Formats: sequence, C-alpha cells, structure tokens
Amino acid sequence: MELLMAITIGVLTACGIYLILRARTFPVVLGLTLLSHGVNLFLFSMGRLTLAAPAVLGDSSHHADPLPQALVLTAIVIGFAMTAFVVVLALRAAVELRSDHVDGADPDEDLR
Amino acid sequence: MRLELLLPIILPLFAGALSLALWRSLWLQRALAVVMTLAMTLAGAWLLHSVSGEGYLVTDMGGWEAPFGITLVADIMAAIMVLMTGVMGLIVTVYSLGSIPEGHERFGYYPLMHLLLAGVAGAFLTGDIFNLFVWFEVLLLASFALMTLGGERAQMEGAIKYVTLNLFASAIFLSAVGITYGMLGTLNMADIAQKVGQLEPEDTGMITVVAMMYMVAFGIKAAAFPLFFWLPASYHTPPVAVSALFAALLTKVGVYALFRFFTLIFDQDVSYTHGIMLWAGALGMLAGVLGAAAQFEFRRILAFHSVSQIGYMIVALALMSPLAILGGIFYIVHHMIVKSALFLVSGVTYRLMGSHELKDLGGFYKHRPGLAVLFLIQALALAGIPPLFGFFAKFAVIRAGIEAGEFVVAGVGLLVGLLTLYSMIKIWAEVFWKKVPDHVTDTDRLTGVVADSSIWLLYLPLILMAIATVALGLFGQPFYTLVEAGAHQLLNPEGYIEAVLGRGE
Repeated sequence: MELLMAITIGVLTACGIYLILRARTFPVVLGLTLLSHGVNLFLFSMGRLTLAAPAVLGDSSHHADPLPQALVLTAIVIGFAMTAFVVVLALRAAVELRSDHVDGADPDEDLR
Repeated sequence: MRLELLLPIILPLFAGALSLALWRSLWLQRALAVVMTLAMTLAGAWLLHSVSGEGYLVTDMGGWEAPFGITLVADIMAAIMVLMTGVMGLIVTVYSLGSIPEGHERFGYYPLMHLLLAGVAGAFLTGDIFNLFVWFEVLLLASFALMTLGGERAQMEGAIKYVTLNLFASAIFLSAVGITYGMLGTLNMADIAQKVGQLEPEDTGMITVVAMMYMVAFGIKAAAFPLFFWLPASYHTPPVAVSALFAALLTKVGVYALFRFFTLIFDQDVSYTHGIMLWAGALGMLAGVLGAAAQFEFRRILAFHSVSQIGYMIVALALMSPLAILGGIFYIVHHMIVKSALFLVSGVTYRLMGSHELKDLGGFYKHRPGLAVLFLIQALALAGIPPLFGFFAKFAVIRAGIEAGEFVVAGVGLLVGLLTLYSMIKIWAEVFWKKVPDHVTDTDRLTGVVADSSIWLLYLPLILMAIATVALGLFGQPFYTLVEAGAHQLLNPEGYIEAVLGRGE
C-alpha cells in the first residue's frame, strides 16, 4: 500500500506541476487542483498508513492517527474554496481579456 | 484566558460578519470599519502593553493544553506587528472613505478588509503551524477578492499570477507541515522547537530539507529573491488603498513567519539556511532597486522597491545577531509606514491628474506644496536619510552586517540605499518639480479650480504617517528599548518554549 500511495502522490504532483507550467489558464487551474490533491494525500499518509483501525483512542491498542485526518479535512475544504475562486477568476479573466493566456494576451498570436 | 490576545482576531472577524449583514447600508459599513479598526488598534496597544510587562502571553484555545490544542502566543515582535496591523487598517480605512469607488464598496470592500485583517492578526498570534496555514488561507482568499474587486483588465492579468503563485506556495507549506508532523508528531511551534533540538544527528538532514521547504513557501509570500515575481506583476493593479494595505501587511506576514520559524525552530544549521537567506536578501535588494530604476509608472516603482526592502529584512534575519534582529523589526515597522504612505501619495496624484505614468504628471510642487513635503519625508525615510526612522533601520542592519564580517552584503546595502534615493529623486523630479506637461489639458483639479470636498480624507492619513516617520526617528528611544527586548526574546527561544509548555508545573 505504501508503494501505491507513493506512486499516486508522485504522479499527481508531477502532473500538477506540469500543468501549472502551461500558458493557458484552464490547464493551470487543473494543475493547481491536482497538486492540492497530491498534497492532501501526502499529508494524510504522514499519520502512517493503518488498515482496519478506528481513529479514536480507546480500548483497542491498534488505532489510526486521527490528527492527519482532521488536517486533511480542513485542507480539502480550503482547497475547494480556493479552486472555486480560481475557476471564477479564470473565467472572468478569459472574458475580460478575450484570451485565456496567463499573460493576458498570446505573444505568438500573430504567428498563427 | 487573556482577552487582549483574542480581541485582535475576534474584532475583525466579528466586524466582517456584521458588515455582511449590513450589506445594503454603505454608511453603516463605513462607520463600522472605522470603529473596528480603531478598536483593533486599541486592542493591539493593550496587547503590546501587557506583553512588554510580562514577556509572553499564552492562551490555549478551548482549554486544550499545549501541545495538544491550538495555542495563541504573543511575544513583543508579534504584539508590535498586531498593533501595526490595527494602525495600518485604520489609516487605510480612513483613506478608503475618500477614495474607494462606490462600486467597490457595494461589492463587499469592507467585509473583505475586515477578514484580511483578521487573517493577518491570526497569523501573527498563532503558535501552531497548521493554524498558521489556515490563517494564511483566510488572508489570501480575502486578498484575492480585494485584488480583483472592480474587475479591470490589468487586475485580472495581475491576479492570475498572484493567485497561482500563492496557492503553489500554500501547497509547499502544507507539505512541509505534513513532514513536520510525520517526523515529530506535533504541530505546536514550541513543542516542535524542543523536539528538533532533541533529534538524533542522522535526522537533522531531513530537518534542513523541511526548513528549506518553509523558506521557499514563506519566501514566495514575502516576495523574497528569487521568488518575488508575483509582486511587481500585481501590486500596481488594484485601487491604491488596496495596494497600500497589501504593501503594509501581506509581505510582512511572510517575513514575520520567516523570523518566527528561523529563530525559534530552525536555528540548528544556521550556516546553511541563514547563509542562503543572506545572499537571497542581498540579491533581492539589488534586483528590486534595479527593477525600480527601469520603471516609469509611479506604483510600479513602489512595487519593485518593496522587493528591495524585503531584502533588507531577510538579510537582518540571516545575520542573527541582536543588533540585526532589532534592525529587522525596525525595518518591518518602517516599511509598513513608509511604503503604504508612498502608495497613498500616488493615489492623491492620480486623483488630481488622472494618471499613474510619470510623463503625464507634474506641477505638484507648485500647486500642492503640502503634498510635496509629505512625499519628501517618506521618500527620504525610504532611502535612509537621517534623522528619519528609515535611517535607524538601515543603520542597524548594515552595522550588524559589518560586525558579522559580511562586508559585501553591507556594501550592497549602502549601494542600494543610494539607488533608492535615485528612484525617489526620479519621482520627485517628474511628479513634483517638473511643470505640468504640455499634453495634459485637464488640470482643473490640480490647480483647485474644481473643488474636491473629500480630499482631506486622503491627506489626513498621510499627515499622521509623516508625523510617525519623523517622531519615531527623533524620539525613538522608548521604541528602541522595546524592540531590543523583542530581539532578545527572538534570539533566546527557550523563553518562548518555557512560556508555552512550562505552565502549571
């Protein structure tokens, strides 16, 4: 399971960074989303991966760390709000600037 | 439970919610904004008074004892920053009353400003790294909305870069928080600092990696070299009152976080982490000031100068001597006042002549000598001319650099002071001394033919800030003593750890 998690996080982060480096706002927004997913999974796995264990301290000696779960929940909510804002901003910018290039205008437009 | 520790956060949060309820009544929103920022300033002064007497104020939220719950901590530096947040909030609010277009006010300018102040105050006072992340997001979201309010083309273009880079920084910050928790099993700053000190030697390499992740994350937010590119791309786009508020507060939160983390937690491998910061700071000073020299738009010049001034603060942190940290805190306070005052001056010139381009401005010395004096005081303070406050800030940092044997960095600091003066003289010559350019025909507001009844709301904050800059320079001794104690606290983190963890034993 560790290997699967590590590969997933790695692929999500790599795709996210690749997309952020694109020059169009839509890939950038997608990239930020993928990156935040990668980070959330990473944060979650920092509490160590445990199977079939309750997230509360009680009679059982075998339990999962509840704190990263709480952190991830918070991070997901914040990430959701941020993504919503970025999507609206990108849409508004595309309408306002008549271009979805991150610099407001496509420098190669004349060449096409 | 210490009330003065909670008030600077609760007041703006409450006022933000109340402003939303008063959505339809602009007058009530305006009045509330003035009352709230005034109350926040008083709360900040109360906090600073308590802290200067007791050293540290600590409160566990919800009664969960440190290190398990979220702890709010104030030392002298945090209290100074909170007080300055309130002061700058008040100043910008008064300026906004006379300058922000009604369209902006109708779409939530004041609620957003309250939330921004709440986020900033929370970031200064929290003693928990994940909570710091949350406050960062609170202030970021408010700043995103403030930056795009109005929806002009330039704002959209600047905002996309600002938002993307800051969200990227947040992702790095969150990963670093994850690694910190994975290694040490705690999120409380004091507890982290203690546990980092007890680590086995083979784990310290990982700590340096985490330290670098925090440095990059906060460096982006503080606009440190080479991570500053979002700042010149975006700071000149929103209304001037918003630019002034951002220039005063946003980058300072990043700088404050760097000061907190790299004095409290990551003081293990100083030669490596602080060595990087020293050169990042020095190069930032140069890059900012050279970038400003190439600009001919009032607000762009100021935005580039912010990068250069942040460089001084980073250098101060990197030197890690009592004098350097003192200079760093001086510099932060000085920069908050001066940079926002200069932005506010650019707002007045825009109001009177309708342009931010230096070539379209002129004649202010003849027609508005008062404004010229207000500009000159802040510009000379920014360049570090005695006896203004900026001189003492620069003097402390450069003197600390020489004492530490970093002659190149100290030399860069002096050179950048000169180049800053060059940029300020450029603005002075173009905007104030030059005659009104021939191609400008609409000079009725400048010469006073058309009366402007609310312009005193723009002058009042500028006058107060000029008085502050002069007074802190001439009668700075009490403030110096206070900041000296604050620097001592930062360099001796045992006191902080003891105050948070050592109670009730």
